[in-house]
Amino acid sequence: MTDTNHAQVVIIGGGVVGCALFRRFSMSGLRPVLLEAGGDILSGASKGNSALLHTGFDAPHGSLELSCMQQGYREYLAIREKLNLPLVKSGAIVVAWNDEQIQKLDEIVAKAHANNVGEVTRVDREQLRKMEPLLSPKALAGVHVPGEHIIDPWSAPLAYVRQGLAHGGIVLRNCRVTGGHFNGVWHLETSQGEITADLVINAAGNQGDIIEAINRPAPFKITPRKGQFVVFDKPAARLVKAIILPVPTERTKGVVICRTAFGNLLVGPTAEDQEDRIHAAVDEAALRQLVARGVEMLPGLANVDVSAVYAGLRPATEFKDYQITAQPDRRWITVAGIRSTGLTGALGIAQHVAGLYAASFGRLNEMEPIWTPVPNLCEENTRPYQSPLGADIVCHCEWVTRGEIVAALAGDFPAGDVGGLKRRTRAMMGRCQGFYCSAHVMALAEGKIAS
Amino acid sequence: MKTHDVVILGAGPAGLSAAAELKRLGHRDIVILDRESQGGGIPRHCGHTGYGLLQFGRLMTGPDFAKRLVDQVSDLDLRLGHTVLKLEPNGRIQTTGPNGPETFQAQKILLAMGARETPRSARLVSGTRPWGVMNTGALQQFAYLHGKAPFQHPIVIGTELVSFSTLLTLGHVGVKAVAMLEAHARITARRPADWVARIAFGVPVLTGCSEFTIRGQGKVEGVTFRRHGRERVLEGDGIIFTGQFRPETGLLTQSHLELDPGTRGPVIDQLYRCTDASYFAAGNLLRGIETAGQCYREGKSAAHAIHAALDDTLPASAAPIRIEATGALSYVYPQRLTGRGPYDPLLFKARVGEAVKGTLRVLADGREIWSRPINALPERRIAWRVPAVDLSNTHHLTIDLTPRS
Ligand SMILES: Cc1cc2nc3c(=O)[nH]c(=O)nc-3n(C[C@H](O)[C@H](O)[C@H](O)COP(=O)(O)OP(=O)(O)OC[C@H]3O[C@@H](n4cnc5c(N)ncnc54)[C@H](O)[C@@H]3O)c2cc1C
Ligand SMILES: Cc1cc2nc3c(=O)[nH]c(=O)nc-3n(C[C@H](O)[C@H](O)[C@H](O)COP(=O)(O)OP(=O)(O)OC[C@H]3O[C@@H](n4cnc5c(N)ncnc54)[C@H](O)[C@@H]3O)c2cc1C
Repeated sequence: MTDTNHAQVVIIGGGVVGCALFRRFSMSGLRPVLLEAGGDILSGASKGNSALLHTGFDAPHGSLELSCMQQGYREYLAIREKLNLPLVKSGAIVVAWNDEQIQKLDEIVAKAHANNVGEVTRVDREQLRKMEPLLSPKALAGVHVPGEHIIDPWSAPLAYVRQGLAHGGIVLRNCRVTGGHFNGVWHLETSQGEITADLVINAAGNQGDIIEAINRPAPFKITPRKGQFVVFDKPAARLVKAIILPVPTERTKGVVICRTAFGNLLVGPTAEDQEDRIHAAVDEAALRQLVARGVEMLPGLANVDVSAVYAGLRPATEFKDYQITAQPDRRWITVAGIRSTGLTGALGIAQHVAGLYAASFGRLNEMEPIWTPVPNLCEENTRPYQSPLGADIVCHCEWVTRGEIVAALAGDFPAGDVGGLKRRTRAMMGRCQGFYCSAHVMALAEGKIAS
Repeated sequence: MKTHDVVILGAGPAGLSAAAELKRLGHRDIVILDRESQGGGIPRHCGHTGYGLLQFGRLMTGPDFAKRLVDQVSDLDLRLGHTVLKLEPNGRIQTTGPNGPETFQAQKILLAMGARETPRSARLVSGTRPWGVMNTGALQQFAYLHGKAPFQHPIVIGTELVSFSTLLTLGHVGVKAVAMLEAHARITARRPADWVARIAFGVPVLTGCSEFTIRGQGKVEGVTFRRHGRERVLEGDGIIFTGQFRPETGLLTQSHLELDPGTRGPVIDQLYRCTDASYFAAGNLLRGIETAGQCYREGKSAAHAIHAALDDTLPASAAPIRIEATGALSYVYPQRLTGRGPYDPLLFKARVGEAVKGTLRVLADGREIWSRPINALPERRIAWRVPAVDLSNTHHLTIDLTPRS
């Protein structure tokens, strides 16, 4: 931070949205300061999602969400190679399992076309069988959406932050905002003392309304919507190619089956409203249901072990759309309620917010981008363990090398806690969950992160 | 590429005893591969005593036992830091290690990759996912390989034999468990292990616990569970899920070899041979946990089968007789018989999931050829020999345990 603890722009919250905002404002030369309460970035909603890059084919027509998603989607594709971010071109199929759902398929195609998502077509039972031969024969028909893809949900925001750092931004972790007041300048109270700012951006995810209350009575209330997942081990990833989506209902997009960039397979998420904004607990009954539903849709899963389970909290409000507004007189921008599409939307949200900034606070420059490629964790691309120079594998399930772990703990933005280390390397995240390697990994991390 | 006589995957008790026996039988062209930086397998980090009595004539600690095993084959080609990545048909495997990617070709391959405990995830346990939840195997590595206590007041879940190894391991780093919790009405390890827990370690053992929920954000804060119809809360800063061993089959599930859903290990015949005749398997990879001594013996037996196979004196593995476990049995192995007989007395091993009293029967195509009353406990392996019988026209053996009503 600067000596005076003053920033032109402070972003509260290092989720994927905060990270993308940080990148955008850093690249404009504003040297933003990102404040994250957790020990590392992605301590909230962004640590547990489905990792899908959505086309927006089923998003509400004309919504801000749709435009941010589509902008975000385009920008991700445009920058991903320079940042070494993966793209698993799986495509998706919305699958109907009964007549009632079949009735809805034409509507889905029409909506996709209205949303300008091309190449979306109906597939009949036979075509479905050809595309996904291992799917249960109870699958009756579907809609093919070739543009839906799978990405790495942790490396993307990490790359955004790194690029922001390269452009002069500052990240403070373990820095919780607890209050503040405005007298022409913002005085934020934080766990690391007072920080003043010309402009505050609230990107606090599930704490969005609480942070908003520092500025004004929050015009929305966050009610976290939990989503639980079951991760099946590697052999499951060979059972299906496309992302299998259900025909959406009012409350959620329903249970999805999809591969991960890391070569596993997810079944989830659930959709459960809760008051607790912090704890994303799994529960056995729900996990069992997910396993059963997964096996019902993809019978081959019966023979594959569960390797991991997790849950994430969607920052949902009483409104369907994103809650993004600027209050120029208060020098505050609200970026809240990024419920279930924030991974896709983040870069687009950042563009939109940059637009709001330019409209109210002044021109933004465009600096020549400095590219900061991140290590690859995606099984489709070459990984360090495959190096012809030799590999010293520490995590035997996910084949993570000593070099990868040491690198994630070093440099100008090392992993801040155990979770951060796992998200940056995948160590201890495989089928044995650290039986073989956790002592070794923690020995490498000793003195470098708080455990 | 050179074709080795034998490549052994895994330098634990099973793999190393097989190597020693093959050496004794006159073989020298043997490569042993292990991904760790030291040979010995699990005993490497099992710092308490409990090993070696039958193999080396005295009770020793795991690390001493591991060293003895490694020393026995010091003149063989043991390559450490080599991870096997892929098993391919006809004795070809892909590895990586200090020299980068390598391909090994062997006439015969012995799979001896061992077993591990089931983590909280695969048990589908409820709750948050804080740091401080682990298995005994990980705890042992913290305590015995690094001299570290990852927590000070842990809660131990499970009462298998290994759960008492957990208490010993904790004691090594000066930590006392808050309690041991068991789902069943009685403890799994043979009594009086609960007396040992209570008296020697001062740790209360609570049976009949259900609905475990892990608490804590960032770090473990405790566990809630139900007991006698009431919800209970125990505070603690670590949770150790002990036992529920499963074969380390990450490689096998992605290979051409057939697995048995009962044992979760590879399907083998009476000669430790897998469904690809160039592969053999021994030790805990076959079915989860047995003692190191048992794994050692299996390694030895597999070595004899491999020796015969290299001599071309093993029966062909085509048209096998399938063996199926029914009734109260969770599994039986071998899962098939090969060759047309006559067989030596057939050795079967099985386990039950719950304590059962009943009759164990062997049926050849539905006709009973052997039976015996049995009192089976889940922690105890059931092993028996069926005298040599003519099975030349048999297609199917059924091993059944029907509980006495
Ligand atoms: C189950 C599930 C599945 C999903 N699947 C997908 C998908 O497939 N594709 C997709 O595009 N999107 C998906 N999403 C949505 C996506 O994950 C979210 O939209 C996104 O993570 C929201 O990011 P955020 O930055 O707004 O919030 P968060 O990630 O919650 O970030 C907010 C950050 O602010 C920090 N913070 C909070 N309070 C303070 C404070 N007082 N001081 C400092 N810092 C603070 C928190 O620690 C947190 O790190 C899914 C979400 C869930 C839960
Ligand atoms: C906590 C604990 C306490 C125990 N206490 C006792 C006791 O007191 N007395 C007793 O008799 N038994 C005890 N046992 C059981 C005993 O340790 C095991 O039965 C024995 O080690 C099994 O031998 P194994 O050779 O089958 O497998 P392991 O010992 O597990 O060896 C397998 C080897 O294979 C290697 N490997 C696996 N996959 C690969 C791969 N892909 N590439 C390369 N190498 C690979 C591993 O690194 C390992 O070295 C205990 C076990 C545990 C876990």
